[in-house]
Amino acid sequence: MNARDTAAPAPDYDSAAEGYNFAYLDEQTKRMIRRALLKAVAVPGYQVPFAAREMPLPFGWGTGGIQVTASIIGRDDTLKVIDQGSDETTNAVNIRRFFARTAGVKTTRRTVEASIVQTRHRIPETPLTDQQILVYQVPNPEPLYRLEPRVAESRKLHALADYGLISVKLYEDIVHHGSIATTYDYPVIVNNRYLASPSPIPKYDNPKMHMNPALQLFGAGRERRIHAIPPYTPVRSLDFDDHPFEVQRWDHACALCGSTQSFLDEMIVDDSGKRMFVCSDSDYCHERREQQAGANDAGEHA
Amino acid sequence: MYVAVKGGERAIEASWRLLDKERRGDTHLAELSVAQIRAQLRLAVARVMTEGSVYDEELAALAIKQAAGDLVEAIFLLRAYRTTLPRFGYTEPLKTEAIHAERRISATFKDVPGGQLLGPTYDYTQRLLDFALLADGDDAHGAPPDHAATAQLAGKAQTAAAEPMPRVVALLNKEGLIEQESITPDAPEPGDLSREPLAFPASRATRLQNLARGDEGFLLAMGYATQRGYAHSHPFAGEIRFGSVAVEMELDELGEAVEIGDIDITECQMINQFAGSAEAPPSFTQGYGLAFGHSERKAMAMALVDRALRAEELGETLRSPTQDVEFMLSHSDNVEASGFVQHLKLPHYVDFQSELELVRKLRAKHAAAAAAGGTASAASANAHDEHAAASARSAAQQAERQSASNPGENNAEGNATSAAQEQAA
Repeated sequence: MNARDTAAPAPDYDSAAEGYNFAYLDEQTKRMIRRALLKAVAVPGYQVPFAAREMPLPFGWGTGGIQVTASIIGRDDTLKVIDQGSDETTNAVNIRRFFARTAGVKTTRRTVEASIVQTRHRIPETPLTDQQILVYQVPNPEPLYRLEPRVAESRKLHALADYGLISVKLYEDIVHHGSIATTYDYPVIVNNRYLASPSPIPKYDNPKMHMNPALQLFGAGRERRIHAIPPYTPVRSLDFDDHPFEVQRWDHACALCGSTQSFLDEMIVDDSGKRMFVCSDSDYCHERREQQAGANDAGEHA
Repeated sequence: MYVAVKGGERAIEASWRLLDKERRGDTHLAELSVAQIRAQLRLAVARVMTEGSVYDEELAALAIKQAAGDLVEAIFLLRAYRTTLPRFGYTEPLKTEAIHAERRISATFKDVPGGQLLGPTYDYTQRLLDFALLADGDDAHGAPPDHAATAQLAGKAQTAAAEPMPRVVALLNKEGLIEQESITPDAPEPGDLSREPLAFPASRATRLQNLARGDEGFLLAMGYATQRGYAHSHPFAGEIRFGSVAVEMELDELGEAVEIGDIDITECQMINQFAGSAEAPPSFTQGYGLAFGHSERKAMAMALVDRALRAEELGETLRSPTQDVEFMLSHSDNVEASGFVQHLKLPHYVDFQSELELVRKLRAKHAAAAAAGGTASAASANAHDEHAAASARSAAQQAERQSASNPGENNAEGNATSAAQEQAA
């Protein structure tokens, strides 16, 4: 668990991707997506419509992120793909092999080695640098959709920066439950202007978006929208003066690496419901254990 | 712990092998060929071509074979292939009035110029399982094909097709009883939904493109709902045609339109009542449906939905989801819908963990509050239960009163939205 899978043989992908363009999409489509990306970067947090294509993976399974990655990836890039923080979940494996197969690029499981990290539902624990791009898979880019399902209406609300609805929703949470009952996909204001969805990352990850040195790109394939947070952009999670934004805390440390500074997954390990908490970010957990092992070795030899 | 296990890559490869094996089935039986699917499952092929929006019978048949008969999966396969194809240009509009009809019926007039042609249809079959088809081998009925009869049938079809077949809806035009489809002067070129994102409000051309690719089951259910009173508009099947039609395309080198082939299509024009408005007298209006191959159910359902979606244009009251353009067009595509519904199979344990933590916190608060406020009533458990039952009854009564004071139908969503807006204000 949370150890790298070293047993997998290096697959031979070259023959399988014959007949397809580099990174699958044709160059015209990539240009169309890049234009949308440029606009998204120029207007942080604004949802730019784009003509998402049918991909060979189903809508809802990361097609937005895949299209964004496909249109920015070059032959020298190193790609990391995570789902729920882990490189080993089946969908992450599937997307990684899709790019290894169609673009022949180097892939990695180490956050520090990656030039592009495509993610679903997490931001890596290891801080990103200005040499990296984080690509999010987004199921619904519209933070208002539960309150106003009509796109025609919600676009007006964004244009007018009329975000009263969402404040009322958070206020009602406090009245009903005593605290804000949104734990993931927690809405943010980007660059003091646009209300945006951070994708369903836990609110634990929200502070990492603020003034992040890396470029953050959000692709929603099924809903056909792209939005972006350029490097070093202020990102504020919505809150009230008397109910400030808070992140989740655990009473446990990671059972494997002992970290108290990471998002923990709870696992049920036997029939009687015994639980165990481990890091959701498998690379972070693994690196920490390597370091500890290294330190122990050094201690023994000293 | 399937997400935490190692070796996802090998598991996926093993899953592919298993899938191949399951698709092939019992190897003692001959493998199904793509040609057989194309020839003998023509209606499945038609649906996959229509919703996959590629007219290619062979590829559609291949997709059906690869998807082991799961048509929505086959449609997805074809769409994913389509998106990689270069776009050479756009054909001229089909001249469907010049169709070589194999079937043409009108439910509005007993006889129409050009005649009615029953053609191949399941409509008047008695739905009895034909056990003769169970027997192995071709032409299980044993009788040699009656060439003379078949030739006669074909000949009949051809004579019928040779006669001019004016559209039924055009016949009503002499009296001005029905609106006619005409090209709006200075109308913009229709958009291309496969190249541009769907935006609202959507033009009729865009709506029809969306419905043509839309899921047959969704359109069937929604079209059916309009018949049951959710935006009822008294539909009549003005005309349904199935046959082959020439596709023409203007080639730059030639500077004129040339025929590049024939395709089979099904076209439906629904005739619907229109009560009239301040500007327009009562008349008949049209709903339109078009599908590749022989797809009558799809074409008819599409026409019903198209008509319902014209409510705003015709000045009708919007009172049903079937008239709501955004609701209908956003949910008609089965490639999108199937992907998003099934994405729930992906791990969500980070989100679930967050919710788990929240629910535990809220429950702890709730228990603390109950412990503080509930010590008095805890003296008698029975009394407490009665109290709970009484409050449940009063809540139910209150809900009844609320719904009674709110006679509007089908507007639960509208209520929620307006309530939210009031709160926002």
